[in-house]
Amino acid sequence: MAHEEDALEHERASWKPSPGLAVAVPDPVKNPGLPPHRERVTDKDPAAMKRAVRTVYTLFYLSLAGSIWAIAAYMLFPIESGRIVDIRNNNLFIGLGIALALLAIGIGAIHWSKAVMSDKEYIEPRHATRGRDTTREGAIQAFRDANEESGFGRRTAIRGSLIAALVASVLPGITLFRGLAPENSPENPIAGDPVALLSHTMWKKGERLAHDPSGEPIRAADLTLGSAVHVIPESLADLSHHDGYLEQKAKAIVLLMRLLPEQLPAEYNKLDWSYDGIVAYSKVCTHVGCPVALYEQQTHHLLCPCHQSQFDVSRSAAVIFGPAARPLPQLPITIDDEGYLIAQSDFTEPVGPSFWERH
Amino acid sequence: MSSQTPRQKTGRRSKWAAAALIGIGLLVTGGIYAGASAAMAATEPTSASTTLTVEDGKKLFQANCATCHGLDLAGTADGPSLYGVGELAVEFQMSTGRMPLQMQGPQAPQKPAQFTEDQILAIAKWVQSTSPGPEFPAEETLDGKGDVANGAELFRVNCAMCHNVAAAGGALTEGKYAPALTSTSALHMYAAMVTGPQNMPVFNNMTLTTDEKRDIISALLWLQENESPGGFSLGSLGPVSEGLFIWIFGIGSLIGLTVWITAKSN
Repeated sequence: MAHEEDALEHERASWKPSPGLAVAVPDPVKNPGLPPHRERVTDKDPAAMKRAVRTVYTLFYLSLAGSIWAIAAYMLFPIESGRIVDIRNNNLFIGLGIALALLAIGIGAIHWSKAVMSDKEYIEPRHATRGRDTTREGAIQAFRDANEESGFGRRTAIRGSLIAALVASVLPGITLFRGLAPENSPENPIAGDPVALLSHTMWKKGERLAHDPSGEPIRAADLTLGSAVHVIPESLADLSHHDGYLEQKAKAIVLLMRLLPEQLPAEYNKLDWSYDGIVAYSKVCTHVGCPVALYEQQTHHLLCPCHQSQFDVSRSAAVIFGPAARPLPQLPITIDDEGYLIAQSDFTEPVGPSFWERH
Repeated sequence: MSSQTPRQKTGRRSKWAAAALIGIGLLVTGGIYAGASAAMAATEPTSASTTLTVEDGKKLFQANCATCHGLDLAGTADGPSLYGVGELAVEFQMSTGRMPLQMQGPQAPQKPAQFTEDQILAIAKWVQSTSPGPEFPAEETLDGKGDVANGAELFRVNCAMCHNVAAAGGALTEGKYAPALTSTSALHMYAAMVTGPQNMPVFNNMTLTTDEKRDIISALLWLQENESPGGFSLGSLGPVSEGLFIWIFGIGSLIGLTVWITAKSN
């Protein structure tokens, strides 16, 4: 036994790890060793030790009290009434109890280990990780034997077919992902075409502009100078949440603003897309799609709250500051026979941020 | 921990003295600021009756406002015309202290009112009689007994993007801002919607009916009267104040605990 140990030590001593890219330093830093052991107050003074012990068990009893209080608080502050103040008290007092219970255990345990437990320093030398040469050869031999006996290396027909089967077994899982993407259907011919979906909204010729969220149509005469109205398509109300109400609303939201007609200079604006100073712009920022609706009625600036892009409504919502790459798309509007505002068509460009078919 | 050992009378300051001093300083500064902000809150006029006459209002206007707005409300190079702004705009601008304007800037700030309520209402009457505009609403519109849930939804759709979803206010472009509505009176909420002061868009009674305005006002008054259900609101400013809080106090206490855990016991 002793002889074997000696042989092992000898093997380990004679083996040197490869230095790799490391550079040998001629004067390596000397290991300073451990600093001299310093006695704590609790080691020198028995009264201090007593106090520390008392503190630790007081903390643990405090934790116990916290747990009991948390249970009691659940009964003392019921939430059955549903009133906000009751829910608030319930959360607060149960939370305080649990916080005290857990925190006191943690602080007590740390204080115990720091002040009461022995803090003498010990050096535990690290074992060498390399096994003996015979052990290493034995392990390699085991693999060789297994290969020989199973015929994995020799019987190529079995090996090849197993690899093919394993690879094929993953494919059904990949196929299932197709079910996550919608497909074209007779009712929705573009459902499977993301580019077409991103390029079209609910707006179409004759679609009335309506108030968000009430769905009441808007007459041009309702808007006074400086008005800003949040707009949805009137027929959005016909959609249920199962038919993509939120998806359609997210693309179709529009901000309607009334300026003086002379505040929309012809060289910057498509005047036949507005009606008597009333303009409608997509509310979806062309940067990353936040709703742009911070309208300043004197400067005619629209501010996006997410990244501070600014658009000038008096100049076709041109970008005047910030990271947005394009002006906000304008919805061409006019009025119908009854004086209600209607869209002339869909947006003539995709709304919102860039995507792979649009830059 | 240090409380275990009796403090020696060495004349040295406690190691907690600096922390305590900073804490007291922060508390005092914050307290004075909070007190000053509350003192700036607007006064609330409740009725449109005044003992002064329209003629008094005209004199007050010509003495105090005409330099910028012109003797006949036509405006000058220094101030806009007041045709059609109506009594409500006068009441709003003057009793929140925004007018008379102290100095040109991105936005007229709220400050203590410079005129008595009687004087303001007299000026408002004269402006209304000279060039009519939006009028005082019915008492019922301001009573705060509308549909709070509907009002909150309308507020989120129409107002929250600038005024913050908890009505705590927010920044606009180039130094302008939407003020907090946490101490605004019902009348001033109504007046701001109808008249569209400064850069605020106009929400007339066709785009938001008086019933809808009553709901919005009710929702805002509800927010003013009820404490935040989620504990400390930290100014309701969202990730800025909450992030700052957790960075300073959350990570600060983690660092403190880590230092304590790894420090040698004395």
